[in-house]
Amino acid sequence: MTKRTIVPIGPYHALQEEPEFFKLHVEGETVVHLDIELGYNHRGIEKLSESKTFEETVFLVERICGICSTSHPLACVQAVEDAGGIAVPERALFIRSTVGELERIHSHLLWLGLAGHFVGFNTLWMWAWRFREEVLNILELITGNRNHYGMMKPGGVRRDIRDGDIPAILDLLARLRDPLAMFRDAVLEDPLVHARTRGVGVLTRERAMAYGALGPTARASGYDIDVRRDHPHAAYGLVEWDVVTRPNGDVFDKAVVRILEMFESLRIIEQCVRQLKTVRGPVDSNPPCIPPGEGIGQYEAPRGEVFHYVRSDGGNRPVRHKVRAPSYMNVPTNRETVVGSTIADATLILAAVDPCYCCTERMAVALASPGGERLWGAGELIRMSQEKTWRLMEETGWRGPAPPEF
Amino acid sequence: MNAPEALGTGTLDRIRGALGDHLLACSRKSAQRVYIDIPPDYLGEASALMFDEIGARLQIVTGVDTAAGIEVLYHWALDREGCVVTFRTVVDRAEPVLDSIAGVCPAAEWIEREIWELLGVDFRGHPDLRHLLLDDHWPQGDYPLRRGKEGAP
Repeated sequence: MTKRTIVPIGPYHALQEEPEFFKLHVEGETVVHLDIELGYNHRGIEKLSESKTFEETVFLVERICGICSTSHPLACVQAVEDAGGIAVPERALFIRSTVGELERIHSHLLWLGLAGHFVGFNTLWMWAWRFREEVLNILELITGNRNHYGMMKPGGVRRDIRDGDIPAILDLLARLRDPLAMFRDAVLEDPLVHARTRGVGVLTRERAMAYGALGPTARASGYDIDVRRDHPHAAYGLVEWDVVTRPNGDVFDKAVVRILEMFESLRIIEQCVRQLKTVRGPVDSNPPCIPPGEGIGQYEAPRGEVFHYVRSDGGNRPVRHKVRAPSYMNVPTNRETVVGSTIADATLILAAVDPCYCCTERMAVALASPGGERLWGAGELIRMSQEKTWRLMEETGWRGPAPPEF
Repeated sequence: MNAPEALGTGTLDRIRGALGDHLLACSRKSAQRVYIDIPPDYLGEASALMFDEIGARLQIVTGVDTAAGIEVLYHWALDREGCVVTFRTVVDRAEPVLDSIAGVCPAAEWIEREIWELLGVDFRGHPDLRHLLLDDHWPQGDYPLRRGKEGAP
């Protein structure tokens, strides 16, 4: 009988902000069970929010995640608006979707780069992050910041987009199309990426629904949900775009969904920015107070639906504020997808739900032999994954795509 | 654009009809938001109705400590109809117990652990009721989200 050992991954990683602890139960090279522990970064934000005014709360939830730093505020202000029956000027809706979609592109590029790095495809990593900078430049132009934009408030947005900036924004967007097409081809047409990700870490549609999976994790399993379409908010009902789904539920399809979604994001942003030329007026309805009641806000963050619930007693602070990030629903799906895989693929599968990946700082391999304890760092884990790709390179003779020209 | 249908009275009527006498109150806050009050002992059946028959998606569960008891809100998204139906049930603060719905819907497993440790609601029949966010050695009976707990300054 094969000896069962536990391979702990995490909880701390020097480079990532969200610690999480995966205990891989393995027999030989094969993962047979996964136990997930979290709470290493619990900050009590729901409780803290009860001590903030409705306007301050938006800044607080902006700090929940550095990458989704406009998704949480947007869901939060929509919850407050739902509770208070507050109207939002149309111009503000277009600005909300513009910032939200820019965030989606930069988040997906960040993930794509990391995924490329994990499979030993470092060129993809470098290029993805290089063009992510272009997206951050647009965000800085619009909001004044590369991250933590401080744009959302109950009743509208805090800053208008100036007419003078619109040509520069459209120009920067236009220059993103070719690089995104390059990423699409680099992933769709690369035989090594296929070999490493096809049929790996499959999440079926039925299990995705049972776990309440969200965002690209759900859509890559053929589970066609997207709150931007299903529960219209911001400007998503006012522009033309499509929801991207794929049927297979493996790591490859999760990557494809994210890549194709970036093109939809470009479509949405371009339409929104053009609308700003004609949709004039205020960007804030300045709600005077929040009446007693409760409200729910949903926003499709890059990783899936962000959910906020607020309850007001008529004062200026929420008496309860519930926050649910998409990874809360997506990370448990790893229990389905990682079982049966090898350790070399586990890193990739755990990263495929884009969990604000955090956890490979070191892993301790407790060998059954007497005194046989070894520590493996993040470097070794990534090396194991990369070596598998290099092995495949030797076997197939494929050296990756030709470098792009710009 | 393929805009979702508004919540047809069809689906809402189906939910109302299936709940029967167990429906304590139903308020339609807007076209997209419905709140339904149910007794705690009917939670399992109501959840099975939403998940298995209506095909709703469990978004999350919210626990709120109020003067009347601990409110537990089950938010179900009807994605095809663009609507969120929230089931509200109130349990006694002195002995808060609910049936776990993790067996019906695995999506509830983590949030039940969270409400158990933060608000002290016991979920009967949960497959793995242990700490999720708090330390394993967190003092028993100390629930951070209960009323009267010191908040942040």
